[in-house]
Amino acid sequence: MSVLDSKIPDGPLETKWTDYKSHVKLVNPSNKRKLEVIVVGTGLAGASAAASLAELGYKVKAYCYQDSPRRAHSIAAQGGINAAKNYKNDGDSVFRLFYDTIKGGDFRAREANVYRLAEVSANIIDQCVAQGVPFAREYGGLLDNRSFGGAQVSRTFYARGQTGQQLLLGAYSALSRQIGIGNVEMFSRHEMVELVNIDGKARGIIARDLKTGKLERHFGHAVVLATGGYGNVFFLSTNAMGCNVTAAWKAHKQGAFFANPCYTQIHPTCIPVSGDYQSKLTLMSESLRNDGRVWVPKKQGDKRKPQDIPEDERDYYLERKYPSFGNLAPRDIASRAAKEACDDGRGVGESGLAVYLDFADAIKRLGKSVVEARYGNLFDMYHHITNEDPYEVPMRIYPAVHYTMGGLWVDYNLMTTVPGLYATGECNFSDHGANRLGASALMQGLADGYFVLPYTIGDYLAGEIFTKSIPTDHPAFDAAEKAAAERINKLLAVKGNRTVDDFHKALGKIMWEYCGMARSSEGLTKAQAMLKQLREEFWSDVRVTGGANELNVDLEKAGRVADFIELGELMVTDALSRNESCGGHFRVEYQDEGEAKRNDQDYAYVAAWEHKGVGQQAALHKEALKFENVKLATRSYK
Amino acid sequence: MKFNLKIWRQKNAQAAGKMVDYTIDNINADMSFLEMMDVLNEELIRKGEEPVAFDHDCREGICGMCSMHINGRPHGPLRGTTTCQLYMRNFTDGETIYIEPFRANAFPIIRDLVVDRSAFDRIMQVGGFVSVNTGQVQDANNIPVVKADADLAMDAASCIGCGACVAACKNASASLFVGAKISQYALLPQGRIEAKERVLAMVNQMDEEGFGSCTNTGACEAECPKGISLSNIARMNREYYSASIS
Repeated sequence: MSVLDSKIPDGPLETKWTDYKSHVKLVNPSNKRKLEVIVVGTGLAGASAAASLAELGYKVKAYCYQDSPRRAHSIAAQGGINAAKNYKNDGDSVFRLFYDTIKGGDFRAREANVYRLAEVSANIIDQCVAQGVPFAREYGGLLDNRSFGGAQVSRTFYARGQTGQQLLLGAYSALSRQIGIGNVEMFSRHEMVELVNIDGKARGIIARDLKTGKLERHFGHAVVLATGGYGNVFFLSTNAMGCNVTAAWKAHKQGAFFANPCYTQIHPTCIPVSGDYQSKLTLMSESLRNDGRVWVPKKQGDKRKPQDIPEDERDYYLERKYPSFGNLAPRDIASRAAKEACDDGRGVGESGLAVYLDFADAIKRLGKSVVEARYGNLFDMYHHITNEDPYEVPMRIYPAVHYTMGGLWVDYNLMTTVPGLYATGECNFSDHGANRLGASALMQGLADGYFVLPYTIGDYLAGEIFTKSIPTDHPAFDAAEKAAAERINKLLAVKGNRTVDDFHKALGKIMWEYCGMARSSEGLTKAQAMLKQLREEFWSDVRVTGGANELNVDLEKAGRVADFIELGELMVTDALSRNESCGGHFRVEYQDEGEAKRNDQDYAYVAAWEHKGVGQQAALHKEALKFENVKLATRSYK
Repeated sequence: MKFNLKIWRQKNAQAAGKMVDYTIDNINADMSFLEMMDVLNEELIRKGEEPVAFDHDCREGICGMCSMHINGRPHGPLRGTTTCQLYMRNFTDGETIYIEPFRANAFPIIRDLVVDRSAFDRIMQVGGFVSVNTGQVQDANNIPVVKADADLAMDAASCIGCGACVAACKNASASLFVGAKISQYALLPQGRIEAKERVLAMVNQMDEEGFGSCTNTGACEAECPKGISLSNIARMNREYYSASIS
């Protein structure tokens, strides 16, 4: 297990990153021009990395499956981005943001990475403002902030309910500038279908042009995966329809370890499922919990209209259970509390799988116009979807899969266990532990892309200046392309009876039931057998229409679902091996009256899994987590 | 609910396309329009036919990827709504629904309802940015912005780049899209430095891509799912003229 070297620099926490930057190897400008970097994905982490690396002088090639890099799913993030600016003079600091993040992650993240994240957070805001991102401002012209879950300070910067959109368009504008100058070559409607390994190093990718179906070979001295999370393994999630694990999974099969796959975030405030036909779930921003109050009736099976239930017959359960954080308790805790209330028969709405998020008090206190200015677009979205007016009746919300803290294992340099292969943003595992705090995903994506990777990748590329670009007729490219083509042909050749979506829904059902908000040894063991069977059925009974050499949406989905099934098996393996509850991973056997019960003695480690073949037990490698600057404590928001 | 669908099918960019009739039954009023399309596609796949290709991704009305022309209107009958946020309750049981791709010379069809909107990206690449490299910036609060201007800039920046404005315009003009981006930067101090070069370059590229001139009819604003105001085009024109003569 000695392979896992996290490469955390020596020295005190506060100076690690500064010292690192002062001593990291550099690549001189004329050599940068000869070095090619592939960036897969153009969300916050990918677009910011591609732009910043191109500005430095590297030759960059960027890829996205959407028709434009501006559409990556970072765009849907609503609430905001955290930064330790302390503009509010309310006691914020780099250490506090670091501590909140470590604690929010239930002490399962790496101290040095999280501290660095908190340290560069302030630079992100400066960068975005300089790019022309229209953040919310106060009347004096300065930047405004709001509060988010798991924090007692106001450190969240926002652009109405569209912060992700504005930050992504900022990164996209920087990327567009580099494309225009000719420093970045952009490949839209392209999907990475294989990683190319030469002599143990990542040297390129096979990408499928989704318009023509043609497989293309692309060389890079280094490959960066910024391909997001894998929440769509659950079929229903707040992810975009196209979000997938394929690039990360191909990398995993080529030697990149996958860390903590069972850490998934179930977001407490989503619009509840309304029927079998449902294709995705819609998030209602956590920022709503600044002013909305969460409640259910005290009585079981109370079917009265919310406005007919008097105040003293309502249970504002978050305020009751967590008085110091109230409605702003962290996501994992708020989600579990909602599930508990519904399991107790006090859920509302037709299905009984929902709780109220009520703005009546806020509207009384602030007036409708203030509430509208703060959350107008979210209220409109809710109204569109549910046909109910949240200004008049409380919103109905329920938890849904939203984010995955697990991902490819990376060291301090953000390099995976494959030399030359990097993972940034949600695609890696490093910063959020077992639960991510609100407004921290945007922060991490941009931190990695703007401020971390541009330094750390130089450390590797400095050793590559004598490596000439490898021609893509190299046997390794032949082999990788052949493998990709064979898989596509295999999918088309099954010609079975069940549709891809049918399998995807079956997968999602298993994952939600047994590897969702509550997990048990018994359930997970059952899920293992079910997933194996589902995988076998998929490859013998899936029906994929159309051909390989054309735009074929059915084929695209089939490849992604095939990878999701294998990932699901690994998630279950991981969940089963972690005999404790922490953050989003709640094992019913390990609890204190509904609160997660960690076991720091035996499980204060990162579980990094090595692929050993499909259907084979993956090998577990452990990276022990050392806490030198914070005291391990029971996470309390009471 | 039951619907008669007339959908544009086109195998690829070269092939001739045509409207094809489908009927679909047992549709729930709370289904989204795209979920109705999912149901249709599942039926087609079960019958061994190829599903209808259409662009979509976030299904939350923010990514700008969905792009259908429904009953003659981009994104369908509701104002301020993308196709993905349209629900079947917005249609009448038994209705015939016409579904076509966005039509414009600058948006060539790739397949069925999927069109190529990369012209928008190319317009952005010639000037849709502030030329600032990562790291070379000052503290964010050193650039105060008048709140009213910041709010107007945000209104303009809400554009999702879907192209409905182009599809709605009888000249297939991209003026609303370009005007929104020009306005966002023109209203902010960060964007003023390059304002002149930006507007000249972006307007020129818009012409190069084959988009037509503004008709002044306001169809773009009426069909924009994000309510981007026509005043952004006026601001673009003002910026353009002042850049041209100074």
